[in-house]
Amino acid sequence: MDILQSLEREQLRTDIPDFKAGDTVRVHVRVVEGARERIQVFEGVVIARRGGGIRETFTVRRMSYGIGVERVFPLHSPRIAKIEVMRRGRVRRAKLYYLRNLTGKAARIEDIRRR
Amino acid sequence: MEKVIIGKKLGMTQMFTETGELIPVTAILAGPCPVVQVKTLEGDGYQAVQVAYEPVPERKLNRPERGHFAKANIKPHRILKEFRLNNAAEYKVGDELTVASFQPGDAVDVTGISKGKGFAGGIKRWGFSRGPESHGSKYHRGVGSLQARDAARVFKGRKMPGHMGAVRRTVQNLQVVKVDPERNLLLVKGSIPGAKGSVVTIKNSVKA
Repeated sequence: MDILQSLEREQLRTDIPDFKAGDTVRVHVRVVEGARERIQVFEGVVIARRGGGIRETFTVRRMSYGIGVERVFPLHSPRIAKIEVMRRGRVRRAKLYYLRNLTGKAARIEDIRRR
Repeated sequence: MEKVIIGKKLGMTQMFTETGELIPVTAILAGPCPVVQVKTLEGDGYQAVQVAYEPVPERKLNRPERGHFAKANIKPHRILKEFRLNNAAEYKVGDELTVASFQPGDAVDVTGISKGKGFAGGIKRWGFSRGPESHGSKYHRGVGSLQARDAARVFKGRKMPGHMGAVRRTVQNLQVVKVDPERNLLLVKGSIPGAKGSVVTIKNSVKA
């Protein structure tokens, strides 16, 4: 086995839920302020997952007071305390960059229908 | 105490620190390196240790090399290197240098042969700026003026195109990020000279 790959694999987190672009997630981020540490929640739609291994990141987009805010998180970062999947969306692309140009009703994502 | 080890560059990857920063690291497969010979002030006129790396079958070595290893009672190795250490007298023939002597947080210097770039022009080799690509320009990647006209000659040391890379280079003051004695792995922060699989030597930093 490639040692570099096994080095990366050791660092991967196993507590990451299964989610993909279109899903709505709540990311609990550890924020260090001086000596204190608190948890900040960022909720929004996952518009992309990119990279592989330890370098994998995902982008979450939310509307905050009418302004679109996107945050890119390293998936395996120890700063992420928890990822909650709120809704699963039905989308036909892996990258939802087109959402940046849409507002209001058009920017909604339909839920996955389960049988 | 001066520490030294020979290794092989495996390649680069990334790693999260405890604070959650993703830092670039280079993995080095280092040691174990047996000491083959200790040179002393009395016998040799200088202090040094000669260490070996990477075992090979005996048929790969010539007779003088075989005899040299047999004298030290050490299995044949591909690489023999000598290091001038002030504390060379503390080592004995047969001692094994391993990555365990290094600790995370140590500062090290890594020496290797840089990647060869072949015959390179002034832009790649010395960072010269290029000329315009179009608008009637016929001057693209040339070296420009070599000297003032009054000098009537070109002074020595003029930066010109030529062979680049494939020379011995040392990167100083790299931080050891992780040590894995079981797999003989050493992870240092940042990049080191050479291609994957090339032989590098790791020493504790002269700057630290």
